[in-house]
Amino acid sequence: MLDQDDPSGGTGTWPVLTRGLTKQFRQQTAVNAVDLAVPAGAVYGFLGPNGSGKTTTIRMLLGLVRPTAGSIEMLGMPMPERSSEALRRIGALVEGPAFHPYLSGRANLARLDAADGHSDPRTSARRIDAALDRVGLLAAATKRYRAYSLGMRQRLAIANALLMPRDLLILDEPTNGLDPQGTREVRHLVGDLAADGATVLVSSHLLAEVEQMCSHVGVMFEGRLVSQGTMADLASGTTKTVRVDTDRIEDAVRVLTSLGLTEVTGTPTQVSGVLGDVEAAKIVPELVHADVPVLGFTVQSPSLEDVFVSLTGEGFDVSG
Amino acid sequence: MSAAEVLDASAPPARTTASPLGWLRFLRSELGIIFGRRRNITGIAVLAVVPIVLAIAVKVSSPTGGGGGPDFLSAITGNGLFVAFAALTLEIPIFLPLAVAVVAGDSVAGEANIGTLRYLLTIPAGRTRLLLVKFAAIVISALVATLVVAGVGTVMGLSLFGGGPMTLLSGTQTSMADGMGRLLLTCLYLTVQLSALGAIGLFISTLTEQPIGATVAVVLVNVMMFVLDQISQLAWLHPWLLTHWWTAFGNLLRDPIATEDITRGLLTAAVYAGVFWLAAWARFSGKDVTS
Repeated sequence: MLDQDDPSGGTGTWPVLTRGLTKQFRQQTAVNAVDLAVPAGAVYGFLGPNGSGKTTTIRMLLGLVRPTAGSIEMLGMPMPERSSEALRRIGALVEGPAFHPYLSGRANLARLDAADGHSDPRTSARRIDAALDRVGLLAAATKRYRAYSLGMRQRLAIANALLMPRDLLILDEPTNGLDPQGTREVRHLVGDLAADGATVLVSSHLLAEVEQMCSHVGVMFEGRLVSQGTMADLASGTTKTVRVDTDRIEDAVRVLTSLGLTEVTGTPTQVSGVLGDVEAAKIVPELVHADVPVLGFTVQSPSLEDVFVSLTGEGFDVSG
Repeated sequence: MSAAEVLDASAPPARTTASPLGWLRFLRSELGIIFGRRRNITGIAVLAVVPIVLAIAVKVSSPTGGGGGPDFLSAITGNGLFVAFAALTLEIPIFLPLAVAVVAGDSVAGEANIGTLRYLLTIPAGRTRLLLVKFAAIVISALVATLVVAGVGTVMGLSLFGGGPMTLLSGTQTSMADGMGRLLLTCLYLTVQLSALGAIGLFISTLTEQPIGATVAVVLVNVMMFVLDQISQLAWLHPWLLTHWWTAFGNLLRDPIATEDITRGLLTAAVYAGVFWLAAWARFSGKDVTS
């Protein structure tokens, strides 16, 4: 886990740092005392079920919504006091694409670039085309936005975040609506951006995706940040399971239990148990010693999905 | 996605310091959107139809007395320039305010409605800067609308009835050039009045995410002020109504110009504009943008 008491943490700065961040909408607490800490250079996966407060948190980070309590520092600057200064260095994709339907993709970006009081008009056309090229939209640049598919719209929104050189990118569900190729491209793009030195905070529902591209993860549940840390921390903090394929189930169960594994259960062809503090290397020799034929043996680390479900529950209903 | 070059240090500068040019660029972009919309172009065409119909109708029949404002209809046959004044008189109660209401109602609520507001704010356009640019665009739209009516009226009038020396409402004669100058002053006066209504619209537009709702509300406010202005028992209220001073532009056609009502009208409009722009700012600067 990240050391919350030492924000310098060895890496220098924290591009996103919140303390006790809370947002109350009438009766409901949408975000509850969240201490977000995104280290510089990280690709931070921001996870949580629908309605867990991710988007409200992101809106507060970007100064769109005012916190009820708590503090926010973006790129070392307090929000919302120095928001315009900080936002200039932040590229954002918030809650899906939104553009003027009757303008082309290029005209929409030109509009946003014109709205930015600090963008240089002399380089505007070049920067717009570079951003469009980077998301693969250059060929459709003159098409009206309303004729774009969902994937193209999503790409345009990402291009908007890349109009200017950015130190921090906040991408809310960037792969939503993209085809498998598009998803891959976004993953590579995020990797490229991070390699260029930008910090990326990306929210996603696709856990496999987050597992592949993120170095850090934070999990929201019912308005709270229930877990935060590096991907490795998250995996090691949870339990590994052992699976033995054998035809002598009862003996195998007895051996594993005696070794100290917990929750040992058997099916007609295999036995599984939670490893706990037991050394995995000891298990097979012990089984062989007890004359249990070992047809297969695996130690499984939980997938991000398992971790996610263990943190947020199996329930299908969105949290109110 | 091609491996396009990353925007690096060797690239030309992306950033510049904030300057007045930046404001103009944003305003130009805003005007491009307003005047690029088919709906607004159609609206301008409708505004232009009134002086055309009016001029032709007067040409083919004998004129009768006008409505509440200064009576210019009977003067048209004498000088074509009066078509412009008559058209403005006919359009100031509802057509011109409606045009301003459409633009003003759409200003913030329209961006919120399609979600572009959150991208403008994170770019960042700045909330105060956004409201200033939006209001400037409303003022320019009001000016354009007024000039279209006056311009089309002038062209139609002069081509159907001819120009020449002009007999003012005070009975004195003046030159054609002087008449044109007075027409321009009239346009500017009405632009100020309509801009004050636009400030009300800007404020209403920050309250909702429904641009049509905001537009309807502005029209209702406008009509309500006209109605209140007709109730003689409420005479004490009349000087405080924005619309009460709109028809005072007739004073610009007297010699010398009767400035008292004009000044009062400008003052009233300025107060309305200032109060409602500040109300919009107070509302918008701290508002949670959840659209």
